Amino acid sequence: MDGYYAFMLIATAFVLMMTVPALALFYGGMSRSKSVLNMMMMSFIAAAIVGILYVAVGWSMGFGGEGTIFANPFELLWLDGVTTDNYIYVMFQMTFAIITVALISGAVADRLKFSAWLVFVPLWAVIVYFPMAHMVFSCTDDSLICGRIGAQDYAGGTAVHINAGVAALVLVLLLGKRIGWPKDQMRPHNLTLTMLGAGMLWLGWYGFNVGSIVFGTTFDEDPDAFLSQFYSETGRTFANTTLATFAAILGWLLIERLLHGKATSLGAASGIVAGLVAITPAAGAVDIEGAVAIGLIAGAVCSWAVGLKYKLGYDDSLDVVGVHLVGGIVGTVLIGLFSTANGAGGIDGLFYGGGFGSLGDQSLGVLVAVVYSGVLTAVIALAIKYTIGLRLDEEDEVNGIDLAEHGESAYDLHTASSGGGTGILAGSTSSISSTEGANA
Amino acid sequence: MKLVTAVIKPHKWEDVREALETFGVTGMTVSEVSGYGRQKGHTEVYRGAEYDIALVPKIRIEIVVDDADAEDVVGIVVKTAQTGRIGDGKVWVSPVETVVRVRTGDTGEAAV
Repeated sequence: MDGYYAFMLIATAFVLMMTVPALALFYGGMSRSKSVLNMMMMSFIAAAIVGILYVAVGWSMGFGGEGTIFANPFELLWLDGVTTDNYIYVMFQMTFAIITVALISGAVADRLKFSAWLVFVPLWAVIVYFPMAHMVFSCTDDSLICGRIGAQDYAGGTAVHINAGVAALVLVLLLGKRIGWPKDQMRPHNLTLTMLGAGMLWLGWYGFNVGSIVFGTTFDEDPDAFLSQFYSETGRTFANTTLATFAAILGWLLIERLLHGKATSLGAASGIVAGLVAITPAAGAVDIEGAVAIGLIAGAVCSWAVGLKYKLGYDDSLDVVGVHLVGGIVGTVLIGLFSTANGAGGIDGLFYGGGFGSLGDQSLGVLVAVVYSGVLTAVIALAIKYTIGLRLDEEDEVNGIDLAEHGESAYDLHTASSGGGTGILAGSTSSISSTEGANA
Repeated sequence: MKLVTAVIKPHKWEDVREALETFGVTGMTVSEVSGYGRQKGHTEVYRGAEYDIALVPKIRIEIVVDDADAEDVVGIVVKTAQTGRIGDGKVWVSPVETVVRVRTGDTGEAAV
């Protein structure tokens, strides 16, 4: 029990690291140099806002009791009635809420007003994520996705990835394309940041998946059963998380090489995330063969799916739809094929002699997540669009959202000279701006 | 006096500098530039999106020389920077009216 508690402290810190800074780096590197700070800020500010909201009402809406869609928001308001020895479980779930909201930011690069994000984040967390977390993670008898439908979702394929992916799609459809997209060049400005972010996400994901263990008994009731589940299930989820990710790198690069001629570093980084996304719901349900299969399929399918935005014409800037929605659906649905009764859910999928039952449950779970998130995200985004507005001014968008919204630029490129630049030109720029600062 | 301007491939820059120094050229101005000629650019692929990158990185060298040295300097640059493949660059010579050395106020060939 001590070991489990210590592990949860670490797992929780790991999952927070997935947003700050891993996701911020992953997305920031793929942004253009004039909007990298805004991209990273969207993750940082989501952590601050959602984190406090989660403690205020999120935990109560998720885990405050029965409810089909959500539990009583006032039952455990501001953790009233939650003892401090349970705080770490609140914090763990809080980090999931944070990253789910932050994931959406990748779709809206360069053009979403910061004020609109500041309003979207808390509304979406309360109206969409907190209920979804109840439907999936609290798993009370009447909770919709876990309790009533009985879909397996170990760590958030529906609640986190499909949820954020659908929200991203709806948001970009209402927000519109970036000026010049897809004609202008919008290359990633620093892929080393993206590779670093992908690696840190992977590390953090062990907290995310392995930390999502739910025990069938308490240590006090049955220490042997508790420890036996702890050892075997964490081994399974750790191995599955690892192997699916390896397979997804290969799957992504293979398809990329076949379709576009080169195996790219961005492809490897994207494959890592696609594999992690797909194994998230399945981490406890499948054997290692199933994990490899799911990773391989997810890597390949997502590698193809990121091209859909050009065919269909939606500017999902950093492929939140192509990676998280598609990867989330692949992982959640494939549980219906690869789930084994030896796993955490105790359910055999189609390939293990369990028939079509699990496949049906999984598909229905996906459908509920897509519809719930899609409809309510649209309501929130429309409300913002017709009040304070979603979209940055055209001139500000062209000049760069970093400057327009944050008054900063990520890089000092004034003296892009060859070796041994003196920085003299940069110096005169900064003295001008410090004068302006003193006047203001 | 002449201004010799050379645009060459970046990896040839050190060779060219050494050759010019051996010849006796005492100073030059160098910048990292981008552009394209007949070779055009290249293609990059990011998550399946192909980008035509029109501009290729080059090194531009500017040297002011005596009239008599211009031809030799051009010859050295061409000989050292040549790889025989497309994209080796260009060298051109233009007349210079006046040169003044800022430290001393010397003008003309004394300032070169």
